Amino acid sequence: MKLAIVGAGAVGTSVAELASTYDHTVTAIADSKSAAVDPAGIDIAATLSNKKSDGVVGARSPADALESDYDVLVEATPTTLGDAQPGFGHVRTALERDRHVVLANKGPVAERFGELSELAAASEGSIRFEATVGGAIPVLSTIEDFGPNHITAARGVLNGTANFILTRMAAEGLDYDHVLAEAQDLGVAEADPTFDVEGTDAALKCVIIANVLAQGETTYTLEDATVEGISEIPGSALELASEDGRTIRLIGEVAGGDVRVSPRLVPENAALAVSGTRNIVQLDTEHAGVLNVSGRGAGGPETATAVLADVGRLE
Amino acid sequence: MSDSTDEVRAYTVRLELVDEPGELLRALHPIADNGGNLLSIFHERGNLTPRGHIPVEVDLEATPERFDGIVDALKEADFNVIEAGAEQYSATLTIVLSGHIVETDLSDTLSRIHEGTNATVTDLSLAAPQGAEDVSSARVRLATEEGATEETLDSVRTIAEEKDLTVVEPLLGGADA
Repeated sequence: MKLAIVGAGAVGTSVAELASTYDHTVTAIADSKSAAVDPAGIDIAATLSNKKSDGVVGARSPADALESDYDVLVEATPTTLGDAQPGFGHVRTALERDRHVVLANKGPVAERFGELSELAAASEGSIRFEATVGGAIPVLSTIEDFGPNHITAARGVLNGTANFILTRMAAEGLDYDHVLAEAQDLGVAEADPTFDVEGTDAALKCVIIANVLAQGETTYTLEDATVEGISEIPGSALELASEDGRTIRLIGEVAGGDVRVSPRLVPENAALAVSGTRNIVQLDTEHAGVLNVSGRGAGGPETATAVLADVGRLE
Repeated sequence: MSDSTDEVRAYTVRLELVDEPGELLRALHPIADNGGNLLSIFHERGNLTPRGHIPVEVDLEATPERFDGIVDALKEADFNVIEAGAEQYSATLTIVLSGHIVETDLSDTLSRIHEGTNATVTDLSLAAPQGAEDVSSARVRLATEEGATEETLDSVRTIAEEKDLTVVEPLLGGADA
């Protein structure tokens, strides 16, 4: 497959680096200001070293990459809320040209799922977005395989940063601010951690799961989710939980038409009490009990793995 | 709510004990030996039944299967089991409250939870590492009627919001929560 990658952050560059090992050719890559386009396949190493040294991926404009000849558009620009632009526009352009789209960007799928579905229905191309939920973990494809109407509920730990902070607070008996600073030093938390610690990121992923489970009967956006983060949790709360054989995790839940993210008490040895940056999703199935899928929920190569798995499903 | 046979539930067992030394301890063995987790024991020493026995109420947690074993073992040990099982069993809920717990009158918080929901506080632990004036946490175990957990949590949320406290609720769904 010929891939055009929009977004040259951790995920976009990892997709570019790994594409050849999946027998795909990257024919275009764009960041917010520039692009490299070559129908014969761009030189990934040179392009990415350009990006490092000069801050641009090539001499062409991002619009050139979108207009170029490709089979699959990989949308890996940063997640934005509300109108989900510019990601949504990129997806629209590709679908209107009857191309496939694989998204790593949560914005369009969480905020404008209805419109996205209509565009996909009218196009020869289709959309896939495994990488938007749980990084490398096959959450959406598992739901698809089981059939969304055979899954009655989903819950899980879907933000590695928040989980890392809670894990460290419990293990070291430290307070939130202290552990957050440590996480920022380690690069686990961003300078502005709001998106992760206030539950927004986990909520977007839950909204996407809810959209997949509802199969178009209803569509959900972030506004439909009840969201509570972890920044108000003191070390003493984790201490009391631990005395009782429990711990606190930021849990996202999709059940009975409700989407909710909040810190919850779970047994310390429960499957959901994953440590560090690990993610887990637990699906209640209609005929087969509870299914747990766990693994790395973020990171360039991890998310790129999910993107390339989606590309493979389109072949 | 899938694997219901593995799910730990709370039960209340009412026993009548003969007024002899060591009887209470002897009654607790069948519970511990059969995998029950004791939550509380209410021992009304001054209050005798018409037959001259001492009524004891034991709250415990166990899986339904183990609970049956406990009741059998109690009967085998010749204890008079007055009530046990479904009619009396209730759900327990553990929550953690954080914030200015003490300054916002913990005792008032607890009695309002009790009044508003008919839930009973069966256990309370407090952690105030920076002293009672600072942010502290309380772990509260509540016994509620089966099926009333959502209502109880709603009421707890309302009270907590009013007092600007953070509630960490238990995760109720799923195989292991």
